[in-house]
Amino acid sequence: MLHHTVLRVIAKLLVPVILLFAFYVQFHGDFSPGGGFQAGVIFATGIILYALVFGLDDTMRAVPPGVLKILSPTGVLIYAGVGMETMLLGGNYLDYDFLAHEPTHGQHLGIFLVELGVGVTVASTMLLLYYAFAGREQGQ
Amino acid sequence: MNLDSAIDILLLAFMAVIAIAIVRIRDLFGIAMLFSIFSLLSAGVFTVMDAADVAFTEAAVGAGISTILMLATLTRTARKEKPNQSKNPALPMLVVFITGAVLVFGTSDLPRFGDPNAPIHQHVAPRYIEESRSEIGIPNMVTSVLASYRGYDTLGETTVIFTAGIAVMALLGLRRSRRREDDEEETD
Amino acid sequence: MRFLQLYNYEIAIFLAMVGLYIVVSRGNLVKKIAGLSMFQTSVFILYISMGVVQGGTVPILIEGTQRYSNPLPHVLILTAIVVGVATTAVALSLVIRINESYGTVEEDEIHQQDESF
Repeated sequence: MLHHTVLRVIAKLLVPVILLFAFYVQFHGDFSPGGGFQAGVIFATGIILYALVFGLDDTMRAVPPGVLKILSPTGVLIYAGVGMETMLLGGNYLDYDFLAHEPTHGQHLGIFLVELGVGVTVASTMLLLYYAFAGREQGQ
Repeated sequence: MNLDSAIDILLLAFMAVIAIAIVRIRDLFGIAMLFSIFSLLSAGVFTVMDAADVAFTEAAVGAGISTILMLATLTRTARKEKPNQSKNPALPMLVVFITGAVLVFGTSDLPRFGDPNAPIHQHVAPRYIEESRSEIGIPNMVTSVLASYRGYDTLGETTVIFTAGIAVMALLGLRRSRRREDDEEETD
Repeated sequence: MRFLQLYNYEIAIFLAMVGLYIVVSRGNLVKKIAGLSMFQTSVFILYISMGVVQGGTVPILIEGTQRYSNPLPHVLILTAIVVGVATTAVALSLVIRINESYGTVEEDEIHQQDESF
């Protein structure tokens, strides 16, 4: 039990930092390298670290697969929904200029929403992949 | 030869050595680890070549998720590759050699590495670089091209990720964390 | 001298050929997937090498420079990396199911079991 203690303490300290870093990368993707994909993968990696140290059952209680199954298509819907919204406002599909009163503000808002959708889908799908792989019993 | 080129050449040489090691080693866990190192070195190469977003994604995805999934597969399948008894390596070597020679011949006409007047920098890219500040207004040009100028491709990519998630769930399924296992959970 | 100017492309082709060799000559399915993924990574290196501009910097707008690396290959390869990991995940899950059906992941043993029907 002694060698697991170090892992548990460090994982408990690191997992919130990793998740916070994922949010930072997501929202700071306009100014520095980053964006939806990287943020989604880092978020999933934080939760996977928790699952590796504390076990899959505890992680499935903390982040239930049902929630992930709902979140995964929601990201795609947000992305496609932004496109439909711009069409309803009079422009082409995914023409962000129409989202606000000024074109650059519209672009900012459009990029923000779109990257949010991408981040949500990537994080939930990577986590679902891990659940599917790690939950497979030997010789099932 | 400045420091950038030296680091570039060194990292690529390391990657070549690791690639040959992956061919020769039979222990599959060793191959998973070597593959993770390969991805991390390629992230280093991308950084030296001024591709920061790509290096970020490759490090997170290649050295993170891909390694985890490969290790998870290896714990449920074999741990060592069976030794090659009767396979003749001459034919694959010949195929690979011919393909490599044709490719080297094909790339010999490419412009010098780093040439600013190469055709790749002439048509659409100057417009993205020059108009991005006034049309979109965010500093990161890769994000502005990814999300706005080429937003349709990114929508397709997000759908591909979602489809891969559905495919893996259809193939493997999720484990019920409750104690009783239903029979209809497992599909054949 | 010409060879040294194209060093990146040569190494990328070499890595691609090593990946191709693994796919063609080895029988273990997991190793084949590793070789395929190696092929993908070498193609990414080829593309990013084509987008480098000598004396340019990371394509993030900052004051004081006008020379940036071409952002278009970066965007395409970003998409390609994530799609690559998605297909690798599906391929590995297929390998797990094959292992459960046949009891092995060696290609010739799988062929033997199929032919003995």
